[in-house]
Amino acid sequence: MISIGIDIGSVCAKAAAYDGEKMHLLMQPTGWNLKKTGEELYKKILDISGGKEKDVVEIVGTGYGRVSIPFASKKITEITCHAKGAMYLNPKTRTIIDVGGQDSKVISIDDKGNVLEFIMNDKCAAGTGRFLQVMAHVLEVEVDELEHLAAQSAPRDINSMCAVFAESEVISLLAAGATKESIASGILHSISNKIAHIANRVKIRDSVFFTGGVSKNEQIRSILEKKLKCTIYTQEEAQYAGAIGAALLGYDMKS
Amino acid sequence: MADYRELWQKLGMDLEKHDVLCEVLPQLYGGIYLNQENRPEGMNYYNFVVAEVHGLRIKELDDHKQQGGKVVGTFCVFVPDELILAAGAIGVGLCAGSQFWIEDGEKVLPRNICPLVKAFTGAKLSGTCPYFQSCDMIIGETTCDAKKKAWEILDDYVDTYVMDLPQMKREKDYKKWAEEIYDLKDKLEKLTGNVITEEKLHDAIKLCNRKRMALQRLYNARKALDLPISGKDALLISQIAFYDNPERFIEMTNALCDELEDRIKKGIAVNKKGSKRILISGTPMAVPNWKIHHIIETSGAMVVAEETCTGTRYFENLVDETPTTMDGMVKALADRYLKINCACFTPNKGREEDIIRLAKEYKADGVIYNSLQFCHTYNIEYANVEKALKEAGIPVLFIESDYSNDDVGQIQTRVEAFLEMIG
Repeated sequence: MISIGIDIGSVCAKAAAYDGEKMHLLMQPTGWNLKKTGEELYKKILDISGGKEKDVVEIVGTGYGRVSIPFASKKITEITCHAKGAMYLNPKTRTIIDVGGQDSKVISIDDKGNVLEFIMNDKCAAGTGRFLQVMAHVLEVEVDELEHLAAQSAPRDINSMCAVFAESEVISLLAAGATKESIASGILHSISNKIAHIANRVKIRDSVFFTGGVSKNEQIRSILEKKLKCTIYTQEEAQYAGAIGAALLGYDMKS
Repeated sequence: MADYRELWQKLGMDLEKHDVLCEVLPQLYGGIYLNQENRPEGMNYYNFVVAEVHGLRIKELDDHKQQGGKVVGTFCVFVPDELILAAGAIGVGLCAGSQFWIEDGEKVLPRNICPLVKAFTGAKLSGTCPYFQSCDMIIGETTCDAKKKAWEILDDYVDTYVMDLPQMKREKDYKKWAEEIYDLKDKLEKLTGNVITEEKLHDAIKLCNRKRMALQRLYNARKALDLPISGKDALLISQIAFYDNPERFIEMTNALCDELEDRIKKGIAVNKKGSKRILISGTPMAVPNWKIHHIIETSGAMVVAEETCTGTRYFENLVDETPTTMDGMVKALADRYLKINCACFTPNKGREEDIIRLAKEYKADGVIYNSLQFCHTYNIEYANVEKALKEAGIPVLFIESDYSNDDVGQIQTRVEAFLEMIG
C-alpha cells in the first residue's frame, strides 16, 4: 500500500511516496506544463519507491497546481498538507513559516498536526520567493548568490513593501552608487520584514519550522529569528513538507 | 432583451462602451448562476430581472419620468427609502460592483481607495449605467472618507445631495439624524414638487417594512439545515431588492418563500449532506459582485447568511408603525436607521454582537469576514470582531479583495484551507 503526495508549487514541484514505513522524496522544476510535470513526478516517485501502480491507494494533489493534476484521487490545500508534513518531520512543531515561490504563509498547529489558524500574504509578491527572483534579476546575479553577497555587507534600507516599487528603489540605489553586497543584504532584510509582518499576526509558539524554497536561505532564517524573538529551525527536507503531508493524509484515509 | 438602444441613447449613454458591458454580464451570470443544480422555480423571476437589468426596469423608470416623476439614486442602507417613495419618486440603489468601471473611476480618483467608490464614479463618468443616467438626483452620505470626497467630484456630473450621518450613537446623534431626515424631506419635496404628507409617509413606512419582512422570511428559510436555496441566489435577491419595484419585489419574494418553505417540509435541499455553513460578514456586495459566494459554494460549503449592507443590515429591524404624526414618524425612522451597526460608527460593539447572534441563528460553522480593499473602517474593525469571535469559539477567516479576478486562486486556497480546518 503506497500513498503518493504531489505538491505543485509555482517554482518547484515535489513528490512524496509513503508506504507506512519509508518516505521517498523527489523534486523537479514545475515548468510551464503543470499536468505533464505532475505525471512525470508520479511515474518517477513510484519507480523510486519500488512500488507498482496497483499498490497505489491514493494520490493527493496539493499546492497551487493541485487543480492541474487530473489523476489525483484527492485534492487538499497546501495549508493542511504542510501542517501534517511539518509534524512528521518534527513532532514538536507548533508554528510553520512557509515561504514559497509565490506565496508565504504562517500556520499554527496543535499537537496532532491540525490547523488552528493560518494567515497568507495578500496578492503581492513582496514576502515571497518571487521577490528574491525579481531582485536577483536587477542585480544580475542568481538567487542562490544573494546570500553570499549579503554576508559581506551591512544592509541598505529598502523600504518599499511592493516588489514592483522595491525594484525601482533598488535601481535608484544602484544609480546612487550603493554596492551590490549592501543591496543584497537590504533585500534579505526587506523580505524578512514582510514575512515577520505576516507571522506577527498569529500567535507564535515553539517549535517554529521554516519551510518552502526560501527556507534554504540561512540568512533570512537568522534575520527572522531576531525579528520574531524565537528559535526557528529548518532541515533538508523542509521543502517537501507539503508533499509529505499530502502522502500522509492519503495514507491515513485508506488505513 | 428587447432593443432599448433608442432609450439608452436618450439617456446620453456611451452605447459602444455599454455594448461591451452587456456582452460580459450574461456570460458571467450564466457561469455563476445558471449552472446551479436544483434551483427553486421562483428564481426564474430574478433571472428575468437580471436579463432585463438594463432594459425593462429602465423603461419603467422612463415611463415614470414621462409622467413627470423623478428618479433618485442611493448608495447606502442609511438613506431612508420611505421618504423617496412618499415623495412619489422612485429610488434605485446604484450597484457599482463591477471591475468594468474601475478604469474610468481612476481617471478622477486615486487608485488606492475602495473599488465600490471607484466603480460608481466610473459608472457615471463612462455613461454606461442606465440607472445612473436615469437619476434626477443622487443621495450620498458620509459613511466613509472616500465617498465623502467622491460626492464632490460626482456633483459635477449629477445633482448630488449629501446626508450627514452621525458616527456615534448618543442621544444627540439620534436627534441630529432626525434633523437630517427632515432636511432630506424638504429636498425631496422641492425636487418632486410633491408634498410628503403624513398619510403618504405612513404608507411608505408600511411598504418598506413589508419589503423587510419578505427579506427576513427569505433569510429565515436559510436557517434550515437542508438549505432550500443557495447563498448565491439569496445574495442576488438582496441585490435586486435595491432597484426593483417594491410591490412587485415583495410579491415575487413572498411567492418564492412559499416554495422554499414547501421545500423545507419536503426536504428538498440544494446543499450536500454535511456541507459547511458559512456566515459572510463585512462590506456590501453590489451587483455583479458574486465573487466570494461563488468561490465558497464551489468549494463544497454554503453561505447561509450575510451580515452586510446587501444582507441583514438592509432589512433587520422594522420602523415603528405606531406614530402617525410627522414628528413621530421621522423619529421612528431615525431610530430604526441608527440601529444599523455599520463600521463607520465608534464604538461599534453592536456589530460584534450581531455577528455572533447571526452565526448562532443560522447555525454557521464559521464566519468569512470579507472586506473590500482599502475599506479602512471594515478592515480595521476586523481586529475586534476576530477577538470577539474567538472568545465565542467561532472560527473566522479574513479575506480582503476587490472586483478583479486575479486573486481568485489565492482566495480559493484560503477558503478551502479554512473549510479543511473547521471540517
